[in-house]
Formats: sequence, structure tokens, C-alpha cells
Amino acid sequence: MSRQLSVKDAINEALAAEMELDNRVFLIGEDIGGGAGRDEQYPPALDAWGGPFGVTQGLQTRFGRNRVIDSALAETGFIGACIGAAVAGLRPVAEIMYIDFIGTSFDQLLNHAAKLRYVYNGKVSVPMVVRTVSGAGFRAAAEHSQSLYSLYTHIPGLKVVAPSNAYDAKGLMVSAIRDPDPVIFIEHKRLYMKECEVPEEQYAIPFGEATIVREGKDVTIVGIQKMVHTSMDAADVLAGMGVEAEVIDPRTYSPLDIRTIVNSVDKTGRLVVVDESHPRCSLATDIAAQVADLAFASLRAPIRRVTGAHTPIPFSPPLEDAFIPQPSSVVTAVMTLF
Amino acid sequence: MAKQLVELKENKTVQPSRDEALALWTVMSRIRAFETEVSRIAESNEAEGYLHTYMGEEAVAAGVIPLLEAADWMTSTYRNHGHAIARGVPLAAIAGELFGRTTGVCGGKGGSMHVADQNLGMIGAMGIVAGGLPIAVGAAFASNYLGEHRVAVSFFGDGAVHQGAWHESMEFASLFNCPVVFVCENNLYAETTAVDYHLLTASVSEMTGPYRIPTIQVDGMDVLAVREAAQRAINHAREGGGPVFIEAMTYRYGGQYEGDTQTYKPPGEVEYWRSRDPLPAFRKVAIDTGLLTDDHLDQIAENSKREVADAFEDAKNAPFPDLSVGIRDVYKEWSE
Repeated sequence: MSRQLSVKDAINEALAAEMELDNRVFLIGEDIGGGAGRDEQYPPALDAWGGPFGVTQGLQTRFGRNRVIDSALAETGFIGACIGAAVAGLRPVAEIMYIDFIGTSFDQLLNHAAKLRYVYNGKVSVPMVVRTVSGAGFRAAAEHSQSLYSLYTHIPGLKVVAPSNAYDAKGLMVSAIRDPDPVIFIEHKRLYMKECEVPEEQYAIPFGEATIVREGKDVTIVGIQKMVHTSMDAADVLAGMGVEAEVIDPRTYSPLDIRTIVNSVDKTGRLVVVDESHPRCSLATDIAAQVADLAFASLRAPIRRVTGAHTPIPFSPPLEDAFIPQPSSVVTAVMTLF
Repeated sequence: MAKQLVELKENKTVQPSRDEALALWTVMSRIRAFETEVSRIAESNEAEGYLHTYMGEEAVAAGVIPLLEAADWMTSTYRNHGHAIARGVPLAAIAGELFGRTTGVCGGKGGSMHVADQNLGMIGAMGIVAGGLPIAVGAAFASNYLGEHRVAVSFFGDGAVHQGAWHESMEFASLFNCPVVFVCENNLYAETTAVDYHLLTASVSEMTGPYRIPTIQVDGMDVLAVREAAQRAINHAREGGGPVFIEAMTYRYGGQYEGDTQTYKPPGEVEYWRSRDPLPAFRKVAIDTGLLTDDHLDQIAENSKREVADAFEDAKNAPFPDLSVGIRDVYKEWSE
């Protein structure tokens, strides 16, 4: 019988199974268990939170505080410590509570995690994962809502993974933990409760393999993480208008499976990239540029990007909703291509 | 509940054996000879890139690093030549790196600021002043996690103490009782800015108090004093006592980098510190205690100069890397 699992639970399951398989895997982050310092309470305060979204819930009870470690609110300290621990033989999985907090840890990722293998000519590996939470739509305002995919993707030496569904989340997390290089694993806060069929056994999804989530012949729509779903909703509307959209989920942004996108554009002649981050130097501009380079002759219309605005993300609900690309904005963009 | 400061055990002062004294002198004279040559090639424009020399600070590397075991970890900074020499990286591999050649310890991809050999437990030499601290703490954390009794030592300057990474490392190390020895080489300048301008406390040592890390301030021009402090610190960390902080009071004879005009140094300052130079100071002790003779010391110093000359000769004649090396080792596995 098939089993439905949410993105949140799929990640939890992948983490638990890898921890079971490999003692070197440990988790560290702010409140990923929660309640540290209150262990003597009744009831015991282990797993008070499991992170703000409960993704790591239950793991501290199962594996103990030595392997599920509540860090201080000091991202540079614990991200840097993960680098050293990874070099010294462990398999750290850190959590940056919100991707917006990247600033406080970025030197360690940008200048050290990403550079050690290269600078030292291949003599050192940094097998660590940084889980972090992305995305708008949670009324979380300017500093807890961004989608900073491109900041990480820009840096050679980092890998960037962003699953849009529970099946991919589990398989990509397994690959991330087993990968010999630093992996930024981006989870979308609005997708955590989204369910799909997820096998119980452990499986790994290789990086750099996009999926075609819907086939079509008239236009290629590339969705970035949650925007895969927005694009699918748009494709339903477009189908009613007689336009068959092909929807692609790249799943990993570094490495990026540009070949699958180019092959699709060769067939459809049209490309729309949907990305909820800001428009400049985004994944949308990157994919648009690569397709312009590699498939210009196949294009029958300009490439369109549907993105958030070049503004911070506002709190006021109608303003935030207007910031996030909606299916209707994707449909409108597609219809300008015909 | 506030953490209590654990006092360090006193060491019974142990005079170095003759072999240990020879090793100390060898390390210091090699570093001095190497950095003298680096300074010369910088002045004559024989090398490209930033070069940061360690002249004046030799006693710190020589006092600490030979006490480490082979499996111990280290992080360094862009002023790393002395640390690498003390850890036993071959001089030709350091010189080769300064020239960007295949014979360099990083195959030419690191350069002078990133000289480190992972095969000798040097995780890296970081270009960011406090960049190495959290990484050393993490290696020490792993040692505890794996029950290995390895110690990590992180070297940095007085300028690093202002960065958040420094403070977060102190906190992490103390909170999780990591076997790490922090070695601050207080050379009185953060780049061009004097320590008495940028430091709000009377010393760097005073800053570790809130973190409950046992701290030793030591004369960084006295290699035996540094050695004794380092032995206490390493023992404490290895025996499960947690982190220790050493502030070695030393001086950078040169500028922040070669080519720095050093107009910010007051008259007489360099001369004062040169009058306390760690090499003649150690020579005097070694002779007075009958450990070594002038002939011994001179012979080793001469050998060091010759080894350095050979290393640079080797480096200058070594090939540059093949261009294909430039795109290699960004990742172990890549599928794009």
C-alpha cells in the first residue's frame, strides 16, 4: 500500500535513517531539539521544538543530546565548527533556522567550506550539510521570508539542493549527507506540510538531474522549488486555453541540469522561468542566460522571467501576496509568447 | 548556572633535552632564514602576490608546534610560513607555493596566504583573521565525539579578537569543552592599527574571562616560556579539561605585508623589540646552561640558510601547473 508523507516528515525520516546507518552523522542548530538546560524538568524537555517547524522533532529523544545538539544562537561558531568536524571525520548536518540568517555565518561558508578542497589541491574534504528554510508566504516579514538560492549557487565549491516535494526531499537529503562536499539543502516553509507518496526504504536521488513534472509541446516552464507547484497550477489553466506547457523542476541548482531544460526548449521554442526570489542575478536570470546561450536558435519568442519584485518582502498580507508569483502571473507571461 | 573557571595545573619546569634544544633552534633559525629570503625576494620583485612574514614571532611557532602529536590539528592564518615550517612542511614545498609552482604544498593553488599541509594535520591557513578559530574548535569537537584525544591548536593575531567568529569560538569551545588551544600572537598591530587603540581591555587575555577559559599570558620572545605555557595548555586540553587560551606577547619586525612602509611604527620600537630577539635570547640560555655550543648553533643557522637557498632555487626552477589544474578539485564529484 502506498504511503503518503509530508516534506517535513520525509526529511525527518531521511535524517533518522542516515543517523542510524552512520554514527558520524550528527545534527546541530538553534533549537533543533529545544529545551536544552531544562532536561531535569518533568516531563523532560527533550525535543521541545524540533526546530521552529518541527522538522527534527523526535530525533533528540531517539539519538540524545550528543548527536542532536542545540547550539547557541551563533551561526558563525557552529557552522565553522561543522567545517572542522567534517574535516576531522564527522558528517555534520547543521540547520540555519532561516535562510535570511545566512549573513551571520557566510564567511565560514563562502571563504572556508567552499574553498578548502580547491585551495589545498584536493587533499581535504568538507562533507557537511547546511539545512535551511526559505520562502515567502508565512507572514514572516522582511528578514524571515527571503529565497536566497542564488547567493549560494554563485559560489563554486558549494552544492545547492531545493526539493519541491516529499519524495525528492527524502532522496536528496540522503545524497546530501553522503556527499563528499558541502551541500546547502534549502527547504521551503510553505511546502513542509505538502504530502506525496514516499517509499519507506532509504533511497538516494543523484544531484544534477531535473525532472519533467508535466509534459507539453508549446512552452517550457521552469519552476524554482515552490514555484513548481505555481507553474503546475498555471499549466492546468493554460491547458484549458489550449496551450500545453512542459513543467520542469531542476531540483538541484548547483549542479544544474541545464541539458533537460535546453532539450525541452528545443522542442517547445518558448521558456518561462518562475522564481519567487528577487529578479536580479537570480536563478531565473541564470537559467534564462544559459538557455539564450545554448538554445537561441530554438527560441521562437523572448524568454520571460516571473519573479518577486526588487524589494524587500513586505509584511502586510495583501502586499506579501502581491510579491509572490501567482499562477495567474505565469499564465499572463506565457500568453505574451504567442 | 555559571560555568566555573578550571585552573591549569602548574608544570614542573623541565629543561629541554639537548635534542629538544637543537630542534627548537633549528625551527627558529629555519623560519628566520626563510622569512629573510621572502623579504628579499619581495623587495626585488621576484615573487607575485601578498607576502606576510613572521620575523620576530619565531618563538611562538617554535614553542608550541613541536609539542603537538602527529594526529593533532592546527589552523593558521595568512602569516603562516613559520607555522608550516615548525610543523615540518618541507621548505621547498612552501617556497614552491609562494611561486605558484607544481612543487608547492597546495600545487600552487593556495599561494603564500594558504600554506598548509592536511597530511600534517594543518586543516588550513585562512585569509580571514578569525576564520580558522571555529574550524579548529570543530576539529576538537570531533576529537571528543570520536573519543580520540586529539588536540587542535588555532593560531591568530590580536586583530582577530574583534571578529564575531572569535567570540563564537570561545563560547562554543567552552560550552562543549572542546580540546582546543587558542594561541593569540599579539604582535601589537592589527594590520596598521595599534593594539592599544583597538583593544578595550588592558590585554587580550582579559577578554577570555567571561568565557571561563583558562588563560596564560606569556613572553612571546622567550621560546622556553612559550614552550612551558604550551605544554600546560596542551596537557590540559588533552586530559579533558577543555579549551585553553595563550596570549603570546610578540612583535612583527616587518609590516602587515612586504611592501608596507610601516610609517605608523614609532621611532625606536623595532629596535627595542630586536634587542629582545628570540634567537640570541635562546642562544644565550642554551650556552649558559651548557646545552649547546656556539659552534653547534652557528652550524645549524648556516645549514638553515643553505636549506632555504636550495628551497627557493628549487621553487624557481619548478614548472607552473598545467592549466587543467585550475578547474580541478572544486568538488570531489560533479555532474553538470
